[in-house]
Amino acid sequence: MKILVPIKRVPDTDQKIQVKPDGSGIVTDGLPFVINPFDAIAVEEALRIREKSTDVAEVLAVSVGTEACEPQLRTALAMGADNATLIHCDAPLDPWNVACVLRAYAGRYQPELILMGKQGVDDDFSQTGQMLAALLDWPQATFASKIEFLGGGLRVTRETDAGLEIVRVSLPAVVTADLRLNEPRYASLTSMMKARKKTIERIPTAQLGVVIEPRLQLLGLEAVPSRRKSVRVGSLDELLVKLRDEEKVL
Amino acid sequence: MRVLILCEHESHGIRLCSRSAVAFANLVAEQTRGSVECLLLGHSVAAVAQDAAAYAPVLVADHPALANPLADRYAKVISDVVKQRGCDLVVAAATTFAKDILPRAAGLLGGAMASEVIGHEFRDGQLCFRRPLFAGAVVATVALHGRPKLVTIRPSAYPAAGVRAGHGDITAVAVDEGILPKKTEFEALQSKLSNRPDVTEARIVVSGGRGIKSSEDFERLVGGLADKLHAATGSSRALVDAGITPNAFQVGQTGKVVAPELYIALGISGAVQHLAGMKNSKTIVAINSDPEAPIFEVADYGLVGDVYELVPQMIAKLDGAL
Ligand SMILES: Cc1cc2nc3c(=O)[nH]c(=O)nc-3n(C[C@H](O)[C@H](O)[C@H](O)COP(=O)(O)OP(=O)(O)OC[C@H]3O[C@@H](n4cnc5c(N)ncnc54)[C@H](O)[C@@H]3O)c2cc1C
Repeated sequence: MKILVPIKRVPDTDQKIQVKPDGSGIVTDGLPFVINPFDAIAVEEALRIREKSTDVAEVLAVSVGTEACEPQLRTALAMGADNATLIHCDAPLDPWNVACVLRAYAGRYQPELILMGKQGVDDDFSQTGQMLAALLDWPQATFASKIEFLGGGLRVTRETDAGLEIVRVSLPAVVTADLRLNEPRYASLTSMMKARKKTIERIPTAQLGVVIEPRLQLLGLEAVPSRRKSVRVGSLDELLVKLRDEEKVL
Repeated sequence: MRVLILCEHESHGIRLCSRSAVAFANLVAEQTRGSVECLLLGHSVAAVAQDAAAYAPVLVADHPALANPLADRYAKVISDVVKQRGCDLVVAAATTFAKDILPRAAGLLGGAMASEVIGHEFRDGQLCFRRPLFAGAVVATVALHGRPKLVTIRPSAYPAAGVRAGHGDITAVAVDEGILPKKTEFEALQSKLSNRPDVTEARIVVSGGRGIKSSEDFERLVGGLADKLHAATGSSRALVDAGITPNAFQVGQTGKVVAPELYIALGISGAVQHLAGMKNSKTIVAINSDPEAPIFEVADYGLVGDVYELVPQMIAKLDGAL
């Protein structure tokens, strides 16, 4: 079995994001980037599946984007992914574009399982995995908090607003990882050094026969200012009076 | 524009969040001299269809194979309906139901989709959408290219539609089980029944964070205060991870987004991921023992102190007052 894990490069979530004065994007100078936290969970899960099973031949990390994605692929290698591929594309990408590229790549690579993050923490779309599953005509199990192999397929526990939903999907399938699926391991310094020596395969998007046509176009960004009163109250009585008489919410 | 609303329902009718999707659809239909229709999928949903018809004409796909919301089946039915009826725009509320199903339908319909929409406008006649990025620190305006366009909207951004005069028509959608995908099977839904309101629907939300040390304390402090205020209970991710609260309680970027009239944060530090889920609440109150906690920056009213002391006092004071 081969497991494909798509990786997205996102700004470190602890960083303050600043919008460029003309609203065309965010200021990236000096901004540290990481693997999207949900994708790190997907890598971890793929590694655990490989560790437990004798039939996982390869865990392959793949990114679609510019050369800037390389460090995050190296991190996935350092965590333990067997190989990594960078599908090169300089154009801005929306979820549909990424899904189309991954569909074409999956057609060539033929994984049994595509494990990915449930959303990118930068733009919070939560669309790519579902679109990819539709394009491949594979079943999907999104927001997974538990994955079990059972009778040639998967039994997946999903986190939904209604509670935990359990579904069974046949393979091949697309599964998207939620936070509580696992706690990703840290890549040690030695494994980081080793990962640096690995070759990352590079494929131009055009070679996969995919034309990037934007479906979602960014027109502009604005920072959201906080407009809070930020009043410190000295006592519960004062708080209750404010809520009752000024805000009229009690 | 011809707008189709994907409705989410519970036993007695469509969910409140879907009425927000109706409100969005009504606005766009008005602005474009278009029309709206609801689409309902499920099994034995005649009563729900009657309820939905109070808001708009309804299309109902009622079939045993649709008893549970499995994404591959639902997306197939939705995309067929959209193609047959020539819909220009499909909308649903941004819940895990629609977040699972609608992008898959978009994948079958050409990919023009934007999730978590909080506003819309027309620029040179083109419908554009506003949606948050980076845990709500930034708002983007985006245009979608292609037809149909699909969006999920944040219910907090569009107040729920009221019933309209007259009853909408109810039309059955023929479901051919033979062409439905069958690679997913539903096994079970483990839901924790709560007698408190839903956190996304309540007028007041009381939320607890790592300052609360156990399930018993959560129930006594957060639950106790919530009951006094007829409020829903929520929590930070920290408490869900600690097994103190169920997943469905998590408020935040990767949990639920709420915007009640009053949000009371007890022992929550105010990480950006948590703020993303509650910072559009009308009034925010924070009680935290750390005067430097970032939650105070987004709170309208902050009280520095120990929740173990202050919350029981607050409950007692409310008892006296009510
Ligand atoms: C990818 C990703 C997604 C995430 N998504 C979410 C999300 O959706 N929702 C979410 O909430 N978090 C999310 N997080 C986690 C988030 O970063 C924080 O770790 C989390 O919100 C912290 O929860 P907390 O405020 O309860 O805990 P802490 O940060 O530990 O804060 C506890 C607070 O309680 C106060 N306190 C302690 N004891 C008392 C007392 N007796 N009385 C009063 N105050 C007291 C402390 O002063 C402190 O401010 C996410 C993180 C990542 C990386």
